[in-house]
Amino acid sequence: MSTLPASAAKGRLSGPLLHVLRKTLWMLLVLWGITIISFWVIHLAPGSPTDMETTLNPLAGAAARQRLEVLYGLDRPLYVQYWDWLTRIVHLDFGNSMSADSRPVLTKILERLPLTVGMNVISLVLTLLIAIPVGIVSACRQNSLLDKSVTVLVFLGFAMPSFWLALLLMMFFGIELQWLPISGLTSMNYEQLNAWGKFCDLARHLALPTLVYTVGGLAGMSRYMRACMLEVLRQDYILTARAKGLGAGAVIWRHALRNALLPVITLLGLSVPGLIGGSVIIESIFALPGLGQLFYGAVMARDYTMIMGNLILGAVLTLVGNLLADFCYGIADPRIRNAKDNA
Amino acid sequence: MLPRALKKLLGRNLMHALGLVIVLAMSLAALLAPWIAPFDPNALHLDNILEPPSSRFLFGTDRLGRDVFSRLLYGGRVSLWVGFVAVGISVSIGTVLGLVSGYFRRWVDECIMRVVDIMLCFPSFFLILAVIAFLEPNLTNIMVVIGLTSWMGVTRLVRAEALTLREREFVDAARLAGTSTAGILFRHILPNALAPVLITATLGVAGAILVESSLSFLGLGVQPPAASWGNMLMDGKAVIETAPWLSVYPGLAILVTVLGYNLLGESLRDIFDPRLRQ
Repeated sequence: MSTLPASAAKGRLSGPLLHVLRKTLWMLLVLWGITIISFWVIHLAPGSPTDMETTLNPLAGAAARQRLEVLYGLDRPLYVQYWDWLTRIVHLDFGNSMSADSRPVLTKILERLPLTVGMNVISLVLTLLIAIPVGIVSACRQNSLLDKSVTVLVFLGFAMPSFWLALLLMMFFGIELQWLPISGLTSMNYEQLNAWGKFCDLARHLALPTLVYTVGGLAGMSRYMRACMLEVLRQDYILTARAKGLGAGAVIWRHALRNALLPVITLLGLSVPGLIGGSVIIESIFALPGLGQLFYGAVMARDYTMIMGNLILGAVLTLVGNLLADFCYGIADPRIRNAKDNA
Repeated sequence: MLPRALKKLLGRNLMHALGLVIVLAMSLAALLAPWIAPFDPNALHLDNILEPPSSRFLFGTDRLGRDVFSRLLYGGRVSLWVGFVAVGISVSIGTVLGLVSGYFRRWVDECIMRVVDIMLCFPSFFLILAVIAFLEPNLTNIMVVIGLTSWMGVTRLVRAEALTLREREFVDAARLAGTSTAGILFRHILPNALAPVLITATLGVAGAILVESSLSFLGLGVQPPAASWGNMLMDGKAVIETAPWLSVYPGLAILVTVLGYNLLGESLRDIFDPRLRQ
């Protein structure tokens, strides 16, 4: 605010630094909250991970149950368990899975992550490629027949349960037409195929799940794009651009689109939790070995450490998604970039 | 206010009317299920197993010979009940926290908003699954868990309203008149923030119905033999090649119902939101 060069320089130095500091503190707080909820939600619920091996197993008695509880450290007070677990996850040690294989939780998650993230990235790219043009055209031709049909489709898309869509697609493309396989990641003869054959096999198996993901995101994204575009088209600078004689194309592509795309970045960040949550259903329908299926298995087996690891990972992915969106928004929008510098 | 809103709801355009009609029709069908349903939803017709749709069994029968149409009607009761109770819970929590947060501001606001931030980081379906797995998967637990994991949006919304409303003259007047804080919050601020809450609640019913059917589809929701649209679809999946009607009708019921609530929510937004009215 001051015109003195010294204080202006000071403002530039401390502004962004303060912002980063505040943001880091906020993130640490949120991370800590995430661990609290992940831990307590599971430990306060009735039932124990040893149920599967003891209560439901007629051969195991109370002694076996006690041994297991000591083995897993479940006999200690909850706050001790929480502190112990917290100090370990700070070193990225999520413990071992409580299922029969007792492998490290993090290893098991990292094995499954690429498939889930890969499918989501592909479907996000497809979603953007379709939704952005659709949103633009709907906004520019507001209330036209095309806009109205898109609106109808959008509402159907919103209401469509992903698992039902998956079933319908399986019925049509898998059973009726026999074009695509309906479950699994690879065919029986996958190992005998050459590199290209393997790629095609994978692609055929992933086509339907990716389609389900894409349809799920399409409705929201195109609706949002349309709303942003309408908002921008109402602005004074668009009127100015039109008034100075620019063609419709230049107004839309050079002036409106850039501004309308900005909020989409935020929506991308916000869509992360939905995508991760949705993976449970889609992966269990199509029998795909991804993160969602891993989580579903852990939930069914009451595998404490695995469930907590997954909850944390899901939440951290969301947090990272939001921060990334924030960061990209800052880079893409000069108004925010400058406001931050001056803060 | 209400009759005029209703007139607008019906009179303005097809979308508005459609949403209201679907919601009313689905609610009626669910409420009147015992009188409409041609059969007991759990009655086994062992001579008519996996019968395709016919005049006797409108939507066919399932693997145990139960009438799909009757089960759909009873499943509708589950969806309706879950939708309303879960939203009731989330809206109550969200409204109270939002009012308190927006009215008192400072550290109260700071604390509540940080909890909202944290809760929003979790993929809610993960959280719901994790909790349901340890509880008995029954209707009450499902409703409570969905309610407890979906109040954050309402909180933010109500907080934003409370933040602006608390500066208005009528709130100052109430304060000067000696109205208690609770009175100010619930009698003066809340009524003025009701429209956006109503809109979110309507959309929330659609969301809760979707979550319940997803849970039941995964086998973690309403347990057989009770009928729910989700567990009917799960049943149907096993025989999808021979009896596709089992996989079609329950899904269609979910689609239409969710569509109805979404349309109704949008129409309410059109009617109440002056910025969009123009």
